[in-house]
Amino acid sequence: MDFSYDDEQDALRDAVRGLLGKAYSDFEQRRQTTKADPGFSEEVWSQMAEMGLLGLPFAEEDGGVGAGPVEVAIVCQEIGRVIAPEPFLHAVVLAGGLVQACGTPDQRQEVLGALASGERLLALAHDEPGSRWAPTASAVTATQDGDSWTLTGTKEPVVQGARADQLVVSAKLPDGGTGLFLVDGEACERTGYPTYDGGRAARVRFDATPATPLGEPGRDLAGSIATIQDLGRIMAANTAIGAMEVALRTTCGYLTSRKQFGVTLNTFQALTFRAADMYVSLELATSVVQWATMVLSSGDPARVHDAAARAGLQASRAARHVGQEAIQLHGGIGMTAEYSVGSYTAVLTALDHLLGDGDHHLVTLADAVAEHDAIDPLAVG
Amino acid sequence: MQLALSPEDQAFRAEMREFFTTKVPEEIRTKVLEGRELTKEEIASSMKLLDDHDLAVPHWPEEWGGRGWTELQKHLYHEEMQAAGCPVPLAFNASMIGPVIAHFGSQEMKERFLPKTKSCEIWWSQGFSEPDAGSDLASLRTSAVRDGDDWIVNGQKTWTTLGQHGDWIFTLVRTDPEVKKQAGISMLLIDMRSPGLTVRPIELIDGGHEVNEVWFEDVRVPGENLVGEPGQGWTMAKFLLGNERVGVAPVGATKAALARAKKLAPERLSEPLVAARVAELENELLALELTALRVVAHSADGEPHPASSVLKLKGTELQQAVSELLVDLAGPGSLASGAGALEGDGGEGLPDWTSRVAPTYLNFRKASIYGGSNEVQRQIISRTILGL
Repeated sequence: MDFSYDDEQDALRDAVRGLLGKAYSDFEQRRQTTKADPGFSEEVWSQMAEMGLLGLPFAEEDGGVGAGPVEVAIVCQEIGRVIAPEPFLHAVVLAGGLVQACGTPDQRQEVLGALASGERLLALAHDEPGSRWAPTASAVTATQDGDSWTLTGTKEPVVQGARADQLVVSAKLPDGGTGLFLVDGEACERTGYPTYDGGRAARVRFDATPATPLGEPGRDLAGSIATIQDLGRIMAANTAIGAMEVALRTTCGYLTSRKQFGVTLNTFQALTFRAADMYVSLELATSVVQWATMVLSSGDPARVHDAAARAGLQASRAARHVGQEAIQLHGGIGMTAEYSVGSYTAVLTALDHLLGDGDHHLVTLADAVAEHDAIDPLAVG
Repeated sequence: MQLALSPEDQAFRAEMREFFTTKVPEEIRTKVLEGRELTKEEIASSMKLLDDHDLAVPHWPEEWGGRGWTELQKHLYHEEMQAAGCPVPLAFNASMIGPVIAHFGSQEMKERFLPKTKSCEIWWSQGFSEPDAGSDLASLRTSAVRDGDDWIVNGQKTWTTLGQHGDWIFTLVRTDPEVKKQAGISMLLIDMRSPGLTVRPIELIDGGHEVNEVWFEDVRVPGENLVGEPGQGWTMAKFLLGNERVGVAPVGATKAALARAKKLAPERLSEPLVAARVAELENELLALELTALRVVAHSADGEPHPASSVLKLKGTELQQAVSELLVDLAGPGSLASGAGALEGDGGEGLPDWTSRVAPTYLNFRKASIYGGSNEVQRQIISRTILGL
């Protein structure tokens, strides 16, 4: 049992911190980057590709680096620290992760190679109006005609859906079940818009749009989608941990410098005790998120599903607490777009709702609460 | 990063589990798990049993009975002990005065006290708090004045837990009223049978007699009973409370209490709000346990992990929250606190457990007050960790 990084992991963290810390050393840089489409820096994305980050979790024969979940988590935490707007979580962890899990060897090499090199941006088109984080699709349907397939229906919100070169789309199969398809970005009707966290999303319409089945045609892939959702939950929680750390640090810095009534704000115990409670929330969430990241290595989908719900619940509760209090302890300045903490709270809110909020995870856990006596976190090998 | 315990630690854990679940009398373990009060003899004999197997004070220096275990092994030992319902070694002996004597005492004092302290042949009481010195402990007023080689002690201590069983009391006294308040404090070991020493019970809101006032009226204490040097008392108090903080989060015991709650009222788990409340508590306990593991894993490098201050704060909150859940599960039956004395219910009447839940809930309100109140913990976090 060991919660520390090895030397290579430390080096990866330092490298990513160096890259993103330089790109977004000043909060104004992030603000300007998110103002203009596509809401992230193509230059930083290329640099991430050069560093190998965009192929980090993928097998080497598919053009990736073959790194494990701890390495991916390190990148997510560093992205969270500066709330970098680059769509690593969506394009690499989720969309790329599904191609890795479900694609044919040729698809994996072709798609993941292009993603890893930074030449092609992927987006996952899975959420549908009315759906709440289910691993299945119903609003978009797939139709087969001989060897060709087409999709019809609407996906929304699709993060980076308007900018993406290629979409990984979930759709209801003719014989039931949910399949996954690769669709050329230009082939569908896309309406992009900004999102409150500084990102971009789109409404994507398919109207008998040509699509290529990912993997063996007609196979139900809902189980693979569920597994990637669990991975995404743990990585979103890692991103949130990075963001919370900085939101708390920024708040403490403000409390020791801002003066009112002739004294700095940290003179007031009503404020410092609330900061102490934020620290408690953050540390507890960090523990569960690090644990869940290690559970990923077990490769046991049932255990990972449980761990993802636990990390998601703890991170959700902490993110709301830390995010809300970070603004409150700042006062009016925390409400402004020019100052950083409000945007951290916005990003935390978006991460919280990406793959299931705290209540969603609590329902998962409550359903299973009678199935065990007590939880043994060390039971997983 | 790696989740699994090493093969050695797995074997260690299995060995501990085997010992606690097979060698400690089941009757005592059941009482602990059911939240019943133990007698003095049960607590003392359990500690003696642990000591007979070198398991009472593994964290002490090896010369005095310690085992030289890693921080992780100490944690696993503690968790397995609580999960099995084995009474934890008397904290006043094992966690408080024992390590202080081993660290600060003379060779003669160590030989005189440490063997009987670890076997519980001496039952120690703690003489720290006073009516006007609670969280502000350094303002204590109980005085010790030199009379030849002896000290004459006058004053009053309070909140002395289980002082009615005490043989000896380790007492913070003011030996120098002229210097800065922390610098004038010393640690005296006082025989509780000394003339002029009186123990008076304080009845608590749960109806029990757990704490006491201890009065000192011209109590004569031999000079050799001073630990270390005069004026070192505050250093010793901080040393002692620092040791206390890590062990004070009762993770294993609270987990066992929550698991028991589910068994006592399984039918309630089909109610969504109850199931959600239990699931959320389990998750918070998981977070606490993992934080404790992070702390012990890190402490191996020497310095305590900054998150250790979270343990006391959150650990006591969760202990209280689980005790509150049990009252709610008992519902109207929780009123019947006096029914525990009724002879065999023969299947009619309330189940036995419901009689204890409300007194336990009331009793655990103490947890966020003792060992440095949770407000003091917030002060430590905001000042020491956050730099506020």
